[in-house]
Amino acid sequence: MKFTEGPEIRDTKAPEGPIEERWEKRKFSAKLVNPANKRKLNVIVVGTGLAGGSAAATLGELGYNVKSFCYQDSPRRAHSIAAQGGINAAKNYRGDGDSIYRLFYDTVKGGDFRARESNVYRLAQVSVNIIDQAVAQGVPFAREYGGLLDTRSFGGAQVSRTFYARGQTGQQLLLGAYQALERQVAAGTVEMHTRHEMLDLIVSDGRARGVIVRDMVTGEIERHLADAVVLATGGYGNVFFLSTNAKGCNTTAIWRAHERGAYFANPCYTQIHPTCIPVSGEYQSKLTLMSESLRNDGRVWVPLRKNDERAPGDIPEDERDYYLERIYPSFGNLVPRDIASRAAKNVCDEGRGVGPGGLGVYLDFRDAINRLGRDAVEKKYGNLFEMYERITGENPYDVPMRIYPAVHYTMGGLWVDYDLQSTIPGLFVIGEANFSDHGANRLGASALMQGLADGYFVLPTTIGDYLANGPYGDVDEEAVAEAEIKVRTRIDRLLAVNGTRTPDSFHRELGKLMWDYCGMERTEESLRKALERIPELREEFWQNVKVSGTAEELNQVLEKAGRVADFFDLAELMCLDALVRTESCGGHFRAESQDADGEALRDDENFAHVSAWEHSPEGPVLHKEALEYEYVKMTQRSYK
Amino acid sequence: MNLTLRVWRQSGPSDKGRMVTYKVEDVSPDMSFLEMLDVLNEKLILEGDDPIAFDHDCREGICGMCGMVINGVAHGEQRATTTCQLHMRHFEDGAEITIEPWRAAPFPVVKDLVVDRSSFDRIIQAGGFVSVPAGSAPDAHSVPVRKEDADAAFDAATCIGCGACVAACPNGSASLFTAAKITHLSLLPQGQPERLSRAKAMVDQMDAEGFGGCTNTGECTAVCPKGIPLDTIAQMNSDYLKANAK
Ligand SMILES: Cc1cc2nc3c(=O)[nH]c(=O)nc-3n(C[C@H](O)[C@H](O)[C@H](O)COP(=O)(O)OP(=O)(O)OC[C@H]3O[C@@H](n4cnc5c(N)ncnc54)[C@H](O)[C@@H]3O)c2cc1C
Ligand code: SF4
Ligand code: FES
Repeated sequence: MKFTEGPEIRDTKAPEGPIEERWEKRKFSAKLVNPANKRKLNVIVVGTGLAGGSAAATLGELGYNVKSFCYQDSPRRAHSIAAQGGINAAKNYRGDGDSIYRLFYDTVKGGDFRARESNVYRLAQVSVNIIDQAVAQGVPFAREYGGLLDTRSFGGAQVSRTFYARGQTGQQLLLGAYQALERQVAAGTVEMHTRHEMLDLIVSDGRARGVIVRDMVTGEIERHLADAVVLATGGYGNVFFLSTNAKGCNTTAIWRAHERGAYFANPCYTQIHPTCIPVSGEYQSKLTLMSESLRNDGRVWVPLRKNDERAPGDIPEDERDYYLERIYPSFGNLVPRDIASRAAKNVCDEGRGVGPGGLGVYLDFRDAINRLGRDAVEKKYGNLFEMYERITGENPYDVPMRIYPAVHYTMGGLWVDYDLQSTIPGLFVIGEANFSDHGANRLGASALMQGLADGYFVLPTTIGDYLANGPYGDVDEEAVAEAEIKVRTRIDRLLAVNGTRTPDSFHRELGKLMWDYCGMERTEESLRKALERIPELREEFWQNVKVSGTAEELNQVLEKAGRVADFFDLAELMCLDALVRTESCGGHFRAESQDADGEALRDDENFAHVSAWEHSPEGPVLHKEALEYEYVKMTQRSYK
Repeated sequence: MNLTLRVWRQSGPSDKGRMVTYKVEDVSPDMSFLEMLDVLNEKLILEGDDPIAFDHDCREGICGMCGMVINGVAHGEQRATTTCQLHMRHFEDGAEITIEPWRAAPFPVVKDLVVDRSSFDRIIQAGGFVSVPAGSAPDAHSVPVRKEDADAAFDAATCIGCGACVAACPNGSASLFTAAKITHLSLLPQGQPERLSRAKAMVDQMDAEGFGGCTNTGECTAVCPKGIPLDTIAQMNSDYLKANAK
C-alpha cells in the first residue's frame, strides 16, 4: 500500500503554562453560549455508551437541542454495560500516596510514552469529579463498613485507586448515565433514536453538519442536520472477529468520518487483554473477559516442563513456574496488560501452555482460598467464578481457571485536539472512538474514566466554544443529497452481489488474518503478507458476498455486511500503520524491536509521535504530531 | 449433537406469524444457544432463506438484549441465566426445542424473535433517576452509605432490563423490573428527595403502557437472570401507597 507524508501537526490547542493550570485556562478562555441561544442550537450525538450517554445527558441539561442515536433497542445496552473491573480516580481516600500527579504519571508511563501529557493530566484532574457525579446519581459503588467507598488495585498501579461495583462497574455507571439521559428525554431536550445506525457524515462548507442514518426496523434512510456532531461510537476491536467486544461493535461511524476528512490516529494500537477465557472451537462468536481484578488474588502459572499433560493439582509446587512473579518481582501478577499478555504468549510459544492446543495459562486461586477462606474469595469474585463455570463447565474453586490473551480495546481512533475536535471542524469525537489519552497501552480501569471525563466534563465545555463562534449558516443541500446517495448506492451494491459466502465467513477470515499477522506480535514480513492478502479478500467480498432479504426491513445480514466492508478498509490502514512504526511500544510489538530480555524496545528518537492518517484517493497521507514530555521523563518502562 | 428447532417466524408487526421447523446438525455442547442459532442462520442465508432475526449484543449476560422463550420458559430452563449464557451442554442430543419471542402486549413483535421493549425506557423517563446536573455533585464521601444498604441497592440495581419477568408473568406485569429500579434508588440517601414522587410516576407509567397488575405469582423471579427478589415489589407497593396517601 502506497502512502505519502504530509505536513506535521503542530497545534493541538492545548494551552501553554504549568500543566496543573492548563484545563482551568482553557475553560476560562472558552466562549460561552447565552442560555436563550442554546435552545436554538442542535447537536447530534451518535452512541449512548458511557461517553455518548453522559455527553448527550449533559448537553441536554445545559439546554442544547440534542439528538441521540444508537443501534441497540435501548441506550442502556451500549457496550460500556459490559465493563467489569472498575474506574480509576485520584481521590486518595486511602491515604496510600495517590494524587492527581501520580495518576497522571502512571497513565503516561503505562501508555508507554505515546500519550499527550496535557490530555492525561486533565483526565487525572477530572477523574475526581466523575466519582462524585456517579455517586450523586445513585451508582451503588462498593462500600466499606464505615459507609465510605471501597477501592481496589488494578494492573499497572501500586496504589488502590479503582472504584468498583462488584464485577459490574460499567453496568452501574452506564445506568447512571442512561438514567440522566432518559431524564433529559422526558424534559424534551434530548430526542432519542434507538435502532438507528449512522452510515455517513454530512460535511457542508468544510464543517460537520449532520448524519445519514438508517432506521434499522423499516430500512428508511434519514437525514439529520445539526450545528455540531459528536461521535461516541466506541472501539473497533471487532476487526479481529474474536474479541471481548459486544457483537455489534464496529468501525462504520468513524471510518465514514475518516473518508470525509477526519484523520485516523494510531490505528495499530490494539490492546490485548491478558485474562480471557481461551477459544474453544470454530463456531465461537466472541471471547469473554475475566476481570483483571482477579489478578489481585489469583496467581498466574504454567508447568515448568514442556507439554506437561498432568492435571494442575498433580503438578507439585517446584514444577510450577509463576512466571510473572519470577520475571517482574515488584509488580508480579499486577504488571500492565501488554506485559502480562506477551508473557503468556511467550510461555505458550515455548510449549508450556495448558488446555486445548496449548493456548492457555493457569489463573489459580488455591493460595487465596487457603489464605482468605473460600467464603471471602466467593464474596469478592463469586459472580466471575460463576461466569467462568457457565462458559467452560469447569469449577474454578476446584481447578484453576485457564486464561489466554484476547483483543480487548483499541487505543487508536479518530484524531482529536485538546478540545476533542477532529480535523473536520464541528466534528467532535469522544470515548473509545477517539485516540486521545491512553498512548500505546491502556491501563485497566481508565477507559471508563476517559469516556465519562469526555462526556460529562470536557466536551460540554469545549463544544460550547465552537458553537459560540457560530452560527455556521445553512447546510448545503447538495452535500446532504450526495451523502444520502452514497449510502443508498452502497446498500444496493451489497444486496446486488448475491454470491456464495456469508458476511460472517468473510469477517472470520479477515479476523484470523489480523490476529495472525497484526496481533500480539507483528513483523515486517507478517504485515506485508497481510497488506497483500486484505485487498484480495476485500475484492472477493465485493464479488461473492451473499446478503439475503431486502433493504426495506429489519435485515441483520445487511447490517453485518456493511460493517464487515468497513472493517476491510480499516484493517488495511492498521497494518500499514503497524508496518511504518518500526519500534515496539505498548500494544504494538514489532518482533524486530526488542531488547535482550525480550521486552518491547521503543525508539523515541524516531517515533515519539502520534501517527495521524489522512484519507485520500491516491493513498493515505501520514501526518505526525510530535509528543513532548516536559513533566514525565521518557524512560524504558520497567515493572521489575 | 443433532436438534430439531421449532422457531416462531413473523416477518413484521402486521404478519400473523407461525412456527417453522428446522434441523440443526453437529452442534457442539460447548456452543452457546446463540452460537447454535448463528450456525443455523449461516445455513439459511446460503440457502437463500431469511435468517432468524434475534436481538443480542454483549453475549455476556449483561446487556439484556437477547431474550427469547425456550421450551416455554423465558431464557430457557437453566436458572438465573440469559439466553446468551445458556450452553448447549444442557440439552440432550436429538432434543426438540421450541423458540418464541417474549409475548406481552406492551412488547410488540418487530420481527421473528425481536420485540420492542421501549416501554421500559418510558418507565425510566417517568422518574427512574436522581435529578443531578453534571458538575455540581458534592464530594462522594460527604454522605456515607451503610454497607448493607449499598449492597441491597446494588442487588436491585443489577436488573438488566431484559423483560423476561414480563414474558413469564401470566398477567404480563412489569412489576419486577419497575420495582427493581425503584428499590435501587430508594435504598440510597441520594434517592430520598424524589423517592415517593418517583415511585408514583413510574408505577403510573407502567400501568399506562398496558402492563398487567401483579398478583404475586412469582413467575417473574423464577426466570429473572439476575435473581431480583420478590420483596422489591413489596417495597415498590409501599412507596406507591405512601405517595398516594400524601
Ligand atoms: C468485557 C469488557 C470489560 C471492560 N472492563 C473495563 C473496566 O473494568 N474498566 C474500564 O475502564 N474499561 C473497561 N472496558 C473498556 C470500556 O468498557 C470501553 O472502552 C468503554 O465502555 C467504551 O465506551 P464508549 O462510550 O466509548 O463506547 P461504547 O460503550 O462502545 O458505545 C458505543 C455506542 O455507539 C453506538 N454506535 C456505534 N456505531 C454506531 C453507528 N454507526 N450508528 C449509531 N450508533 C452507533 C452503539 O450503539 C453504542 O451506543 C471493558 C471492556 C470490555 C469489552
Ligand atoms: S427484573 Fe429480572 S427479568 Fe425483569 S427485566 Fe430485570 S433482569 Fe430481566
Ligand atoms: S446478549 Fe447481552 S445479555 Fe445476552
